[in-house]
Amino acid sequence: MPLSSRHLLGLQGVPKEDIELILDTAHTFREVLDRPIKKVPTLQGKTIVNLFYEDSTRTRISFELAEKRLSADTVNFSVSTSSVKKGESLKDTIKNVEAMKVDMIIIRHSAAGTPYYLTKICDSNIINAGDGIHEHPTQALLDLYSIKERFGKLKGLKVCIVGDISHSRVALSNIFGLKTMGVKVSVCGPATMIPKRIEELGVDVIYNIDEAIRENDILNVLRIQLERKAGEAFPSLREYAKYFGITKERLDKNGKNILILHPGPINRGVEISSEVADGSDQIILNQVTNGVAVRMAVLYLLGTLN
Amino acid sequence: MKVLLKDVNLFSPDQNIDENSTSVLLEDGIISEIGGIKTNDANVYELSGKYVLPGFFDMHVHLREPGREDEETVITGSNAAANGGFTGIACMPNTKPAIDSAEVVNFIKEQANNHLVDVYPVGAATVGREGEVLSPIAELAEAGAVGLSDDGVAIKTASILRKVLEYSQMYNLPVIEHCEDESLADGAMNEGVNSTMLGLPPLPSVAEDLVVSRDMQVAQYTGGVVHIAHISTKNAVQFVREAKSKGIIVTAEVTPHHFTLTDEAVKSYDTNYKMNPPLRTQEDVDAMIEALKNGTIDCIASDHAPHSIEEKEQEFQYAPNGILGLETIVGITLSELYHKKVLTLKDIVEKLSVNPRRILNLSPIKLSVGEKANFTILDLDAVWTVDISKFKSKSRNSPFDKKLLSGKSVGVINNSKMFYNNEFINI
Repeated sequence: MPLSSRHLLGLQGVPKEDIELILDTAHTFREVLDRPIKKVPTLQGKTIVNLFYEDSTRTRISFELAEKRLSADTVNFSVSTSSVKKGESLKDTIKNVEAMKVDMIIIRHSAAGTPYYLTKICDSNIINAGDGIHEHPTQALLDLYSIKERFGKLKGLKVCIVGDISHSRVALSNIFGLKTMGVKVSVCGPATMIPKRIEELGVDVIYNIDEAIRENDILNVLRIQLERKAGEAFPSLREYAKYFGITKERLDKNGKNILILHPGPINRGVEISSEVADGSDQIILNQVTNGVAVRMAVLYLLGTLN
Repeated sequence: MKVLLKDVNLFSPDQNIDENSTSVLLEDGIISEIGGIKTNDANVYELSGKYVLPGFFDMHVHLREPGREDEETVITGSNAAANGGFTGIACMPNTKPAIDSAEVVNFIKEQANNHLVDVYPVGAATVGREGEVLSPIAELAEAGAVGLSDDGVAIKTASILRKVLEYSQMYNLPVIEHCEDESLADGAMNEGVNSTMLGLPPLPSVAEDLVVSRDMQVAQYTGGVVHIAHISTKNAVQFVREAKSKGIIVTAEVTPHHFTLTDEAVKSYDTNYKMNPPLRTQEDVDAMIEALKNGTIDCIASDHAPHSIEEKEQEFQYAPNGILGLETIVGITLSELYHKKVLTLKDIVEKLSVNPRRILNLSPIKLSVGEKANFTILDLDAVWTVDISKFKSKSRNSPFDKKLLSGKSVGVINNSKMFYNNEFINI
């Protein structure tokens, strides 16, 4: 069974079968990553462009490694070296890139909906590597993979996403993906960071972090963006850390061995303490490894579709 | 020159005129005879079943001249107005430079001179629409401005609004307000479940409600005259209704997109659904329809906002706000309000002709012998498909392309000119 779409724009509306197929395929590639020679010839001859209109370290490297391990030819384009600085429109840039005969475009952009727009103006397979505060589907897929790896299942689990939900593409993709897979999802954060009417997506809203810890099997802790002006959405980092930060004391107090995910990069001492981040689990770094496998799976499934 | 409009329905509710299958004879643009006319030296237009109405007026149009003549000019905008069924328009002052001096008012009037469509500039309320310094209101009025507005934004502070409302009363100019609280206004679409799902920066409806509420109170305090431009929220409509019942002098307009579309349309990320105020929810649309029915909303205006293809064709949150309206407003109004029995033809004539002229203190149009002919001619039942490539406007940014509509303007007459069958004729 192939995927039902030739693009991965987000997890909203992606059927359960597709997510299962990606996770199962990722499992195969995860094994490849443990081999001495971490390369398969699957996408030989395919050209993939990594079009990054926003800074990114791990997502870009993760995609690039995934592409290289599938033997694709890859080209990187980032905003600082592009003609965008000369005022070229997105459409012109895409048209030019496509004229050079590429098969797939991985796009990260600060504006929501940009990957969708690309599907209207070009024929390549489009993979969303994060669009504004909308979606970041491969991050959510690797979160799903990591949870499944630990629990052996997804259905019936309880996940709480903690932090600045309003400004998180990771949160939204996680909500869509987890809900599709039968996971009970809640969000937790200061009221100023919870988007309007999010309950209508079928998630519960919790304002008390202790309750979130007690009620859930997994916490997905989002990064607090330090570049956002402190005092705008919450009074101070100190207050955030005190009332929403995940510390060992807080976990112990609630007597819970809970799985902690974090999409990175971590602000140690703000949303999560070093002690928790570096705990015996090492799941957060495991997520990063799984990210390569999941992206290999997505690239493979889309790249061999046509 | 003599022109005979044969076999028409003459309808002017203000004058209690409602005559079916009559004929109207025009001589040099003046109504010379109404009734069963026998003439053999007139150009005859067979208009069986068509309605001859007082000329329609769109009180909220952006002509982009001076400054962005690549998007629209006074002439192309006026041509679009004629094609859409209008004989008069008021143009907003957010040009470059803004219409904040008598010179710019005069410039626009000169451009519009000799056109079928009458163009009435709205002056900026404050210099450069910056909300700091009163614009030369007396000079603007003397030059022919028909209202004051900082449209694009609300008048910045209650203090400057108060002064504008006091000063404008001396010259009988309504203050046309774009109601949006600046501190809440950095979004790209209506805040709600759809903005959450689409990841677009949200613009809350309370930003509009706040300024409508502020304006009602300052209007009451000063006795000034406020007209609410492009009203779009349920609460704002409620505030206007309450204000009217208290005797505050306030009027309101709504655009066709705000009484027909919701923020569901933004799911396509099509920038032709990006405007300000943004498309709201079904609840708000229902409130617009109700307010049109009960008279809380006085008129329908297009907020015709031309934008170049390259400016609209970019990332949704970076694209400019606004869509074309002049050439679709009549068709949408007839399809959605007349044919769906929300409004009668009488209501529609009031909201598209009588009321906007009254709000701007323009003389009423009379369909009587001896009067200048200023008509909009409608075919209420013509079924047609919107085709943006046929627009007279210089721009193409309409979400209504390919939409099937019932009812359209088949021609307009004003200033001894007629627009009919896609051409302007001197009569």
